[in-house]
Amino acid sequence: MRRQNELIKNIDWLSIFLYLVLVFMGWLNIYAAVYNDNHSSILDITQKYGKQLIWIGASGILCFFILLTDSKFFTAFSFILYGLTIGLLVSVLVFGKEVHGARSWFELGGIRIQPAEFAKFATALAIANIMSRHGFKMMRFTSLFQVGIILLIPMSLIILQNDTGSALVYSSFLLVMYREGLHGSILLLVFIIVALFIFTLLYSSLTVLIIIIFSTLIAFLYYRQNKQELYQVVGFLGCCILFLLFIRWLFVWNILNERIVLYSYLATNLVGIYYIYKRKMQHILLVILASWLCIGASITVDYAFDKLQPHQKDRINNLLGIKNDPTGAGYNVNQSKIAIGSGGFSGKGFLQGTQTKFNFVPEQSTDFIFCTVGEEWGFVGSTVVILLFLAFILRLITLAERQRSDFSRIYGYSVACILFFHVIINIGMTIGLAPVIGIPLPFFSYGGSSLWAFTILIFIFLRLDANRLQVFS
Amino acid sequence: MNKFTHRKAVVSGLMIFVFVIYILQLFNLQVLDGSYKLLAINNSQRIETQFPARGLIYDRHNKLLVYNQAAYDLMVIPRQIKAFDTTELTSILGITPEFLKRNLDKCKKYSRYKASVLVSQITDSKYARLQEKLYKYSGFFIQTRTLRKYNVAHSADVFGYVGEVSQSQIDKDSTYTAGDYIGINGLEKSYENILRGKKGEKILLVDNHNRVMGSYKNGEHDIPAVVGGNLTTTLDIELQEYAYQLMQNKKGGIIAIEPATGEILLKVSSPGYDPQLLVGLERGENYRTLQQNPHLPLFDRTVTATYPPGSIFKTIQGLIGLQEKVITPATMYECHYGNSFNGQFMKCHGHDSPLDLKGGIQNSCNPYFVNVFRKVLENNKYSNVREAYGKWRDYVLEFGLGQCICPDFMNESSGSIPTQEYYDKVLRTQNWFYTYIMSLSIGQGELLITPLQMANIVTCIANRGYYITPHIVRPTDEKHKEQIQRHNLSISKAHFDIIADAMEEAVKKGTARIAACDSISVCGKTGTIQNPSGLDHSAFFAFAPKENPRIAILVYVENGKWGASYGAPIAGLLIEKYLKGKISPRKKGLEKRMLESNLITPQPPEKQQPQESEI
Repeated sequence: MRRQNELIKNIDWLSIFLYLVLVFMGWLNIYAAVYNDNHSSILDITQKYGKQLIWIGASGILCFFILLTDSKFFTAFSFILYGLTIGLLVSVLVFGKEVHGARSWFELGGIRIQPAEFAKFATALAIANIMSRHGFKMMRFTSLFQVGIILLIPMSLIILQNDTGSALVYSSFLLVMYREGLHGSILLLVFIIVALFIFTLLYSSLTVLIIIIFSTLIAFLYYRQNKQELYQVVGFLGCCILFLLFIRWLFVWNILNERIVLYSYLATNLVGIYYIYKRKMQHILLVILASWLCIGASITVDYAFDKLQPHQKDRINNLLGIKNDPTGAGYNVNQSKIAIGSGGFSGKGFLQGTQTKFNFVPEQSTDFIFCTVGEEWGFVGSTVVILLFLAFILRLITLAERQRSDFSRIYGYSVACILFFHVIINIGMTIGLAPVIGIPLPFFSYGGSSLWAFTILIFIFLRLDANRLQVFS
Repeated sequence: MNKFTHRKAVVSGLMIFVFVIYILQLFNLQVLDGSYKLLAINNSQRIETQFPARGLIYDRHNKLLVYNQAAYDLMVIPRQIKAFDTTELTSILGITPEFLKRNLDKCKKYSRYKASVLVSQITDSKYARLQEKLYKYSGFFIQTRTLRKYNVAHSADVFGYVGEVSQSQIDKDSTYTAGDYIGINGLEKSYENILRGKKGEKILLVDNHNRVMGSYKNGEHDIPAVVGGNLTTTLDIELQEYAYQLMQNKKGGIIAIEPATGEILLKVSSPGYDPQLLVGLERGENYRTLQQNPHLPLFDRTVTATYPPGSIFKTIQGLIGLQEKVITPATMYECHYGNSFNGQFMKCHGHDSPLDLKGGIQNSCNPYFVNVFRKVLENNKYSNVREAYGKWRDYVLEFGLGQCICPDFMNESSGSIPTQEYYDKVLRTQNWFYTYIMSLSIGQGELLITPLQMANIVTCIANRGYYITPHIVRPTDEKHKEQIQRHNLSISKAHFDIIADAMEEAVKKGTARIAACDSISVCGKTGTIQNPSGLDHSAFFAFAPKENPRIAILVYVENGKWGASYGAPIAGLLIEKYLKGKISPRKKGLEKRMLESNLITPQPPEKQQPQESEI
């Protein structure tokens, strides 16, 4: 009794409230998205909204059990849970059912279960476990290696299932690692690689090169604040750019001689290196190395992009606005933007959406559920949903920070970051700000696996949080 | 506490930053950029034009003449087309792939977003087959239209026909859009505003496969189509039918008017054609065939064609002479197979001599009316012949000649009564001498009059001095009623009585005996019109009965030789049919001869074109 009273007292009711509000809104929107006059009862279990209600009910039972479980169980059994889900991920490769080209589903009596969804909380537990161990230092190689292994196993298994989207979710652990001491430059590096990737695909080599030169300059300024060195570096890079422009004037610019520009840049650098070697100016060498690294990354992106599957290429191209083909690869995003855009300031009203109801938006009850929100509830409704998610995530971070145990804090951050990744990628793709990666919007997208996985993810943390006072780190 | 706590702010800040960007993008999409609302409407709404059925056309006894039947157009919205089975579509519709491609390109050129007609007027059976398969064809749908259907196989010149609206008409009147139907000729054209009705609009919601999901807001914003107004014509369709039979294999026109009302009872342009020929997919082909027919069935020989009136014009001559007091009914003139006028000879045929006015009309004596005309022109009241001619012309115009008199026909010619200026130019002097223009006195020369105008002359005589604007459609509104007016002539009634008596005599014992009907007093006048390019034309006009006339009729038969050979007998039969309802046994032989006579095929193939006036 006492334990239960304490649970009721210590559990974070604000999070539970936000969870319930989001789940309820999600259910209403699924109803709106698949609504038709023949099955207008919201409780009709032959329809998706009826089924979703069953999944919601089942989630309630899950919450109940999780909250009754001793919080030590999650610490102690984190690796066993992790091992179990890895086993599931392996077996789904063998026994799984292929849906939309991805072999990531178990089918049990008409109900489909996606193990990748459940791998998230198990991985989060395992990561929290390993990172909270005594002597774990984020920037130590062995530590990084351990974390890398734990992340890479489920990621590669999920990629093998041909579900790249779900695998990318694990990149959200980078933020968790940053919080736990990962050097900021690594996060920055990842950011630069992503930026390079986008720039390489968007702009010509010359532009990318100039961007690279300037960003290395900025990076240099950030780390070395020495006036004399600064002048030398600026002078050197200025020479490089002048030389590039001269080359450009010499040859008429076209795709073919982009290479020439690149080679001439490298040649100028080599001349520079000889000069540096004589004058012993290592700082310029640093800049050159950085720019070469970027060029290398840029070429790699070009090369790697060629190797991507056509639909992935199309989706990325479309996101970056390279191929504007609204009826082809960009059809989904285009229709989704039309649906959301047509909602206007205050929306068309509940069940009044035409774009989602008449199937103009694909996957309108799963990946593109946010279109229904945008169309029927307008800017007001979409903003409310986004702010609710933000509030929920920030609340989770606040909760994580108040934990005494490292395990709970790290797990809390994992929950917040996974949630964040899902929300920004899912909403981002519907409004044309993120590539079309097929991952669900938490609590909104139709499907039991996703709802249960997020429920488990969150309620384990709420259970840990309710117990925070009994833990001494 | 661990040393990286400050990173909470970095992580939270990053998250807030991303969410703020998302809200800004949402604001841009949903509030700033209005184009998505339009795109959404384009996606999910299809505006279906509701075409009203055209108004029906009835005869004077409320017999239905023109009505509608359903037809189906295959419409296409080029932007919504997805790859489809062209072979299947072409085989269902029975069209060639080239035809499909050509039309599709045309539709794309018109608009990629708006619907346009791909294949028009699909038959019921093809429609049924197409309907089953249509779900497979994204961007295609069926639009129901109506086509004209006729209960009679003649009178196409009255009804006219309906066709697709032209670009210049669309530019002029924005209520039309490409593919709409519009009256092109006849009543369909002149009463387009009444017949067309008003187009409606139905807003339908469609899904991504272009399937109709229901109406938008339960049809709250739909505009129902308004069915076109009906027309009641003044035609007696039975009489019309009979007239067409009599005119078989003859070229010419018949107009009959109810004198008291100006209602046109009969309007026959022969050869005619079946109006049904110009409906449906074969219209173009049929139209070309009709156009190439040497007998010009498309040419309206009642209101467009103009002819010299010939001897029937002598009635006007007599009336003007009496009104100008240059003759009296007792004025006598000599004639012996013609007469010489200052060296010019005017031929005539054998009859008693001398003749008074009645005798002149009864025997259609040419010199008599040259003399009358001379008296009119050389009247001392006027300073010269030219001025007297002006007065004479004013009288002639009062009969409705030289002008369009019927508001119902857009293709009406005004005909021509030459002006003084015209003769000044031709004669190269203002100092005229009557012999220069004396052929006018017997209805030859430069006079050009439509059969309708000729019928109007006899209407004036039947009414003893006035006519009501001839019309073929019973007025539907006040504005329309105002168009129909009484036109009084300045010639006094007594003079008309004299001419009517003379015309009665002409039928009783003169040139037009063949037009006589038992127990009906028919007043008529024959005309034989010299035709330089073939056999003379036969004309006859009459009214009956003499008192309270109920019908005034003109029959003009090209190459009919004498007024009495075709014009008079046909008019006589029509008068009897109209007034008595049947043909008396005595005239059956005549009727048979008229029905069987053929003035077209034995003719040499050279074109017999009536003169068209452009003056």
